[in-house]
Amino acid sequence: MSEILSIRNLKTYYPIRGGVIKTTKNYVRAVDDISLTLRRGECLGLVGESGCGKTTFGKTILQLENASGGSIYLNRDAKNEDFTDITKYRGKRFRELRKKMQIVFQDPTTSLNPRMLVKNIIGEALTIHKIASGRERIDRVARLLESVGLSSDHMMRYPHEFSGGQRQRIAIARALSTDPDFVILDEPTSALDVSVQAQILNLLIDLKHEFNLTYLFITHHLLVVEHISDRIAVMYLGKIVEIADTKHMFESPVHPYTIALLSAIPFPDPDLRRERIILSGDVPDPIDPPAGCRFHPRCWFANDLCKEEEPRLEEVGKNHFVACHRKEKVIEHYGIQIT
Amino acid sequence: MNFIKKRRIVIDFEQHPRLKEFQFSFHKILKNPLSLTGLALIFVFFMIAVFAPIIAQPQYEHEPFRIPHEGYSVIPSPPGPGHPFGTTTKQYDIFYGVIWGTRTAFRIGFMVVGSILIIGVIIGSISGYFGGIVDEVLMRIVDIFMSLPLFILAMALVTALGRSLDNIMKSLIIVGWPIYARTIRSSILTLREEDFVKAAKALGAGTLKIIFKHVLPNAIYPVLILASLDIGAMVLTAAALSFLGLGAQEGYADWGQMVSLARNYIVGPQGQPFLYWYVVTIPGLFILFFVLGCNLLGDALRDIFDRKLRRK
Amino acid sequence: MAAQNKDTILDINELKVNFYTYEGVVKAIDDIGFDLSAGDTLGIVGETGCGKSVTVLSVLGLILPPGKIESGDIVYRWRGEEKNLAHQSGEFLRTIRGNEISMIFQEAGNALNPVLSVEKQVSESFLLHRQGELCEEVLEKISRSMEGKRGVRRLVLRCQRKTYNRKLRKARTNSLKYGRYGRLLKNEATKRTVSLLGNLGIANPSEVIHRYPHELSGGMQQRVVISMALACNPSILIADEPTSNLDVTIQAQILSLIEELKEKYRSSILFITHDLGVVSEVSDKVIVLYAGTLVEYAHVRELFKHPLHPYTEALLNSVPMLGKEGRLESIKGNVPNLVNPPSGCRFHPRCPHAMKICTEKKPPQYEVRSHEGGEHLVACFLYRNEKQQR
Repeated sequence: MSEILSIRNLKTYYPIRGGVIKTTKNYVRAVDDISLTLRRGECLGLVGESGCGKTTFGKTILQLENASGGSIYLNRDAKNEDFTDITKYRGKRFRELRKKMQIVFQDPTTSLNPRMLVKNIIGEALTIHKIASGRERIDRVARLLESVGLSSDHMMRYPHEFSGGQRQRIAIARALSTDPDFVILDEPTSALDVSVQAQILNLLIDLKHEFNLTYLFITHHLLVVEHISDRIAVMYLGKIVEIADTKHMFESPVHPYTIALLSAIPFPDPDLRRERIILSGDVPDPIDPPAGCRFHPRCWFANDLCKEEEPRLEEVGKNHFVACHRKEKVIEHYGIQIT
Repeated sequence: MNFIKKRRIVIDFEQHPRLKEFQFSFHKILKNPLSLTGLALIFVFFMIAVFAPIIAQPQYEHEPFRIPHEGYSVIPSPPGPGHPFGTTTKQYDIFYGVIWGTRTAFRIGFMVVGSILIIGVIIGSISGYFGGIVDEVLMRIVDIFMSLPLFILAMALVTALGRSLDNIMKSLIIVGWPIYARTIRSSILTLREEDFVKAAKALGAGTLKIIFKHVLPNAIYPVLILASLDIGAMVLTAAALSFLGLGAQEGYADWGQMVSLARNYIVGPQGQPFLYWYVVTIPGLFILFFVLGCNLLGDALRDIFDRKLRRK
Repeated sequence: MAAQNKDTILDINELKVNFYTYEGVVKAIDDIGFDLSAGDTLGIVGETGCGKSVTVLSVLGLILPPGKIESGDIVYRWRGEEKNLAHQSGEFLRTIRGNEISMIFQEAGNALNPVLSVEKQVSESFLLHRQGELCEEVLEKISRSMEGKRGVRRLVLRCQRKTYNRKLRKARTNSLKYGRYGRLLKNEATKRTVSLLGNLGIANPSEVIHRYPHELSGGMQQRVVISMALACNPSILIADEPTSNLDVTIQAQILSLIEELKEKYRSSILFITHDLGVVSEVSDKVIVLYAGTLVEYAHVRELFKHPLHPYTEALLNSVPMLGKEGRLESIKGNVPNLVNPPSGCRFHPRCPHAMKICTEKKPPQYEVRSHEGGEHLVACFLYRNEKQQR
């Protein structure tokens, strides 16, 4: 089965409580009706700025946040077409499924329990799911450490004895301990130095091939996501505004937000000077998103329709979907070549 | 350390990391003069408590805590042969009293603090981790207990159940646990959102496992420091209650009780105000140094466990 | 660097900074020297622990114990005068900070006091350093409003004028103490604040000044911090990773703002960052730091097109670039511990071209022929046949 995860109309709303008896006044619509499919073995990049909901999206898939609506279909076995809606699973039943999906967090300092030995950090899942114990457990932990580029005698140490890059490696080893099919990487290199970032990205690419993994790579760093992802989805205020193959996304972006985003990237090449689109205003609050198209207050193509009706994702090219009422105008204006 | 482990993975003669960490902490205590003083003081008191039967032979076989007294004279007599620290009202031997009082002090300190630690941690953990309505209800219970006045409660209990050290301890426990519940609850509220807790959840750890293996070991430190400081505070409060007459029976070896006995002789007759200095000063000094030792040690523990200060 | 030309506004020589910690003496900065020319933006690039922040903090004398400036000179040249900032007293440095040399930090939110409104924080700059001007403005205003008034009103204004004349004497030397400013002076400062915020692209500045920092977004907070820094028209602006925590689109706004302001106020900027993309956009010249030492200096195009030091090369190769296929090159090993730094060249344990001399002696800066113009200095023995600089 080529599809591993199929997400339909996922919503995650946080209630805002106020007043003495804490009634629900409003909702933060962090993830607002997102539908997405992940293919086995691909790396899907999810980009967006702060407040767009990408991290919440990742956490909702793993039930670290509670979904307020929609379904997530997981294909548990590659050989058959069995899809299960994992939003219907809770607690103990869900625990079995957790083996298949893991997550690596952004900050390696806070994602490792400072009072636990590395051996136990990595080996915890092995004990929980009764995969291995005793001598075999130690063996497995040693092998996991080696596969992420650390040595097995690192297991008898505490996290604070390691550098940032090494800690992230430990976090990756922990994620791999359950032999998952699918790993969510939540800004895994944002807290690291540039040269260490390169090491970790190389490692992630190698591991993907070695263990046949599927990645959801969440980040705000566009150059990094370009390097590692096969497809990219752009999020804005809880919605996906554009999704396409990486090459097409960078060569022919259509949604005005994507265009502005790409034009804002500072390139480490002094010769590359392009016309930069500076967006006016700030990234708005997900509490009270604008009516109609969420981007319309900052969009220089917006018309009346944009203020009233929410656009839906529509195909503009091969594997290339855009949610914009004015996409034809944009394509015409910039002379974009869609393949 | 598992012998089998040593064979499979070559760890050489490197010590188990937990031992290394403990040694590091211990060295830090020894280096700081204040904490060393605290440690020394508590150590001395501990030795006194352990060797009490040898240092001060009990006169009554089955009641070692009854202070021996020769005669019923109300006027205290100064230190002299047979009574190294003198005697207090009704001729109770001060030396005997303070030596066996050390045992009582440890008993009060550790039993009271131990109990409030357990009660507070359990209630606070449940409240902090589960949140929602459970949290609300438990915290209101904490509020109620926090508003109970200690002295009035102690008086009420003594009136109802009789005058004894145990009743003081009960009042201290009833009134003392709320702060622990609150402290650990606030630690847990912060820790609950930490990435490593979420990671454990993602790995499939159950709620109980997360609480005991991840949240508590990190949340417990502020509470432990509170506890170590409280040992001294409890002893002090118990002494105050005893002084007021709510505590142990007359003649019981308890520092507060001894000061209580000395009530009428704190100041001597006209022209000789310090005539009976030994009745108040000696038990008072014992209380002072014990509490000081506890506080210094508690401070030292805080410096050790606070991760930011740890490696300064 | 090259012989001091009269354009140099800041000249740092042989700076050494140590931190005395529990674990030993951290040799944070080991003999760094560079110049800043007037009107230039000098980018300072390096990874965590390389000493970029410590370097600029020592310019302003903001190194606190256990840190200490061991040796070196920080010569500040302005209006024909020269002062070695490394040897100045705290009082003198206080007159310079915020006034002639300003600094903006990475976390704008942390640089703002959460319990003071924007108005109070920004006008503080004016009230500290521009007292004379403000006072004179106030006096002028009073004189103007005195015309055409009679009787009681005139009397009141005359009293006010007297009060502010008295303040003026002290204000000329910026020695009016806090609490003695008076309402009119503060109003004058607020007026300037409003116009400054407006110039920085903040909409409705007269409304924004009454807000508190937590009511502003990240981008707005950074703008407020920038306005505080620029209030007194400093000759040098030090920016320590000002956009690292901001979203890409907001970063673009702030960077273009800094460009504009540089034109307008003609300040020189020391721009610290670890983001090579940002540095290539904003800088005229760049220095690369590694583990407390300066490894390369060149004009920005020269550095990116012809990086010579192995570290610079490796750094540029490890950044993902549009269109770059294949693996990213990473630098083997880890950043060294500065309590026991490597002998000789601090990069030698990780350098693919390390030679025996690299482990023995510290490489001096060699001047190399540059292709794109400007000076190009490398601290590497690979270039030891070139002319030696420092």
